[in-house]
Amino acid sequence: MRQRTVLDEHEITRAVTRIAHEILEHNKGPQDLVLLGIPTRGVPLARRLAERIAGIEPGVDAEELTGSLDITMYRDDLRRSGRRKVHATSIPAAGIDDKTVVLVDDVLFSGRSIRAALDALAALGRPRAVRLAVLVDRGHRQYPIRADHVGKNLPTAASERVDVRLRETDAADGFTGDEVLITGGEE
Amino acid sequence: MALTSLLSASDLDRRTAVELLDLAEEMATVAGREVKKLPALRGRTVVNLFFEDSTRTRISFEAAAKRLSADVINFAAKGSSVSKGESLQDTAQTLAAMGVDGVVVRHPGSGAPHRLAQAGWLEAPIINAGDGTHEHPTQALLDAFTLRRVLHGEPASGAAGTGADGKDLAGATVMIVGDVLHSRVARSNVRTLHTLGASVVLVAPATLLPWGVESWPCQVRYDLDEAIAEFAPDAVMMLRIQLERMHQAFFPNAREYTRLWGLSAARLHALPADAWVMHPGPMNRGVEISAAAADSPRALVLDQVANGVAVRMATLYHLLTGEDSH
Repeated sequence: MRQRTVLDEHEITRAVTRIAHEILEHNKGPQDLVLLGIPTRGVPLARRLAERIAGIEPGVDAEELTGSLDITMYRDDLRRSGRRKVHATSIPAAGIDDKTVVLVDDVLFSGRSIRAALDALAALGRPRAVRLAVLVDRGHRQYPIRADHVGKNLPTAASERVDVRLRETDAADGFTGDEVLITGGEE
Repeated sequence: MALTSLLSASDLDRRTAVELLDLAEEMATVAGREVKKLPALRGRTVVNLFFEDSTRTRISFEAAAKRLSADVINFAAKGSSVSKGESLQDTAQTLAAMGVDGVVVRHPGSGAPHRLAQAGWLEAPIINAGDGTHEHPTQALLDAFTLRRVLHGEPASGAAGTGADGKDLAGATVMIVGDVLHSRVARSNVRTLHTLGASVVLVAPATLLPWGVESWPCQVRYDLDEAIAEFAPDAVMMLRIQLERMHQAFFPNAREYTRLWGLSAARLHALPADAWVMHPGPMNRGVEISAAAADSPRALVLDQVANGVAVRMATLYHLLTGEDSH
């Protein structure tokens, strides 16, 4: 199977830095901002974004900005797919009410995960606004959902697979750095 | 391990047991949310099939199913077609015809849930909520969950976002005291605690120990004071003495039982200062457990009740979702 790297470590770092700036610019600063990563790989991405924001804005604590939002229970395919592992949901101590919540995920594809994430979010509180940041937008949407911040728009065939490897989550499988891979498709 | 029904604590290997406890840890957070409900089992029907009265266990399962958005049907044998002589088979086939997705069964006959799962009368996963003097696996899981939380802190599952598995109970010593013979709680607990790496000590009068107990993965002692001194347990689980069995000469009288095997204030002090006191409930205060022990800050009785819902949510979710469920 053909496999190629479409984003390397440096490109991922630059994308994360740019998105951090975009989030701050749009929010006019770091106030009332909450970054919620969608497990598995959205969580370290949210953490990296928060660290970048803390590096740009003095007086911001990256820890207080970040959380994780598990969407397993809210998926629409619980009966059809195999049993899924449930990950932890952790919300910053200040909660999400009246905050601007930025959902962070690695790949935006059908939009179904984000639909589930919006439901999961509504069960936790009432944010003032919800935005979406993704590392890769690969198209093929099945829901009327779009991302506000995109690391890279990647035109793909539906038959191709896009994998994001991050050192926080994939070190055990022999990935030492970060990369985005495309597998399959036409020669 | 693909778990299709939960009939016995021995259905769980270490990995599945830890996975269920980790899942329960996530389920427990739902109680603190604005919306205390998850949509995971929306549109699915769970039947509580209770051939024996047990309000506590039934409402615990009912709350668990409802928090997962399942529809719940309560079927109590009293005043139902069962009291008119309907067999287990006919009841099961009736439920199958109605299209239920999961059955929680409590039955006075040991092995009834097993029969229900094996006979092919209905395809839905079966959860044993206590059968005769045999097993009560969700009680054992909630006891393990409660213990894991006090021994390892909350939550005791893997760190957020890492997907790592949570801890087991390796290194802990748990003492189970009282009527082991009639106790499905003891039977399931010995297996589950052993699976999770804890060492278990049973303490009971010889008349209240079942045949074959020497083949169980635990140690057996007859004298509570000596056992407390010998093992310095991390937790003591007191079993309920069922007052209706008093006249059957398992022990001379209730006062003698209390004197020899009850958790008195004096024995509470003899325990290590950091030992926990557990009881599956309902308690007979002044018989197997003194008020001093039941109301002490080391008592986990109410935690056990609260954790029951989270553990049963985890069990229902685990059995009723995924492609290998029906």
